[in-house]
Amino acid sequence: MIGNFPFAVCMILIALGLWTLLTRRNLIKLAIGITLIESGVNLFLVTLGYVRGGVAPIYTYAPPGARMVLPTPQALTLTSIVIGLATTALMLAFAVVIYRHRGTLDAGKIRELKG
Amino acid sequence: MSVVVRTIARIIVPMILAFGGYVIMHGHLTPGGGFQGGAVVASAVALIVVVFGAERLKRRKTLLSLLEDLGAIAFIALAFLGIGVTFFRNVLAGGGGLFGVPVPPGPNPGFLDTGGTLPLMNWAVGLKVIAGLGSVVVLFGLFGGKDDR
Amino acid sequence: MRWLKVGALLVVVGFLLGAAAWMHPFGLPWASDMDDYFIANAQGEAAANNVVTSVVFDYRGFDTLGEATVLLCAVVGVALMLRRITR
Repeated sequence: MIGNFPFAVCMILIALGLWTLLTRRNLIKLAIGITLIESGVNLFLVTLGYVRGGVAPIYTYAPPGARMVLPTPQALTLTSIVIGLATTALMLAFAVVIYRHRGTLDAGKIRELKG
Repeated sequence: MSVVVRTIARIIVPMILAFGGYVIMHGHLTPGGGFQGGAVVASAVALIVVVFGAERLKRRKTLLSLLEDLGAIAFIALAFLGIGVTFFRNVLAGGGGLFGVPVPPGPNPGFLDTGGTLPLMNWAVGLKVIAGLGSVVVLFGLFGGKDDR
Repeated sequence: MRWLKVGALLVVVGFLLGAAAWMHPFGLPWASDMDDYFIANAQGEAAANNVVTSVVFDYRGFDTLGEATVLLCAVVGVALMLRRITR
């Protein structure tokens, strides 16, 4: 059970992101919390595919006879990282535009829907 | 920025571009690929925006959008190459033509002329990521300027 | 209200940590048939040394196509948000 410490680290990252989302009101800090959750999920996917004693799944100068870690979680993590980057850019653009129009970044003060 | 930062940036930007091109070109042999190399080159664009200001790159937005369209069209066309069997079929692998040298099984030193459509797809996606992230960085840099918002 | 948030978060964290503790052991995945096929056949079918690249661009190319579409949509959205307003 103590051998599952890498999984616990991913869960702690996700919990920190949830704590940020629950307690902060600044839009930039909300974006940071969502990015923390994304990092935790990506790390969790990569650790799911680890094989004990495995090397990277690349045959260029690989040590002969070594086991390789699972390549599919790494490929899906690559997809996930790029999508996270796109959503982060979109969130920051929204934050910039909201600050331009309202003069504040407090999510509690941006309730009314008139533009 | 000061003259020290500008001089160091002029030295280091070609190095970053060369490293990004290496990461894209060897994507089927070493760790890396189109997305990673594109992110490296986009970091060079971010360095230029921070040091020299986004006004220097204002005229290049047309070039960036053209690169994005070119990358997307090349990616779809390369996927349509294998429509005879399935979509995304790797038809060039092992065929003896372009990038068609068969790979010896097991660990090997790595040969650049292998991979079929994978290096071409790496370049297509790399161009797409360079143009996309670079235009995002340039747009964030241009926002709030005096004439362009 | 604040203590309600703390309690809910503690419940969620306990659930996450329990799930992490009771999962399969780290380094010993249960099912790896698909990945074994990829590792064994990537050099013969896709002719690439990098198995991850062959999975991304050959075996699971539709994922990459959707990912490129998402990136294009995000760039278009950022350009729409930060455009110049002419009245």
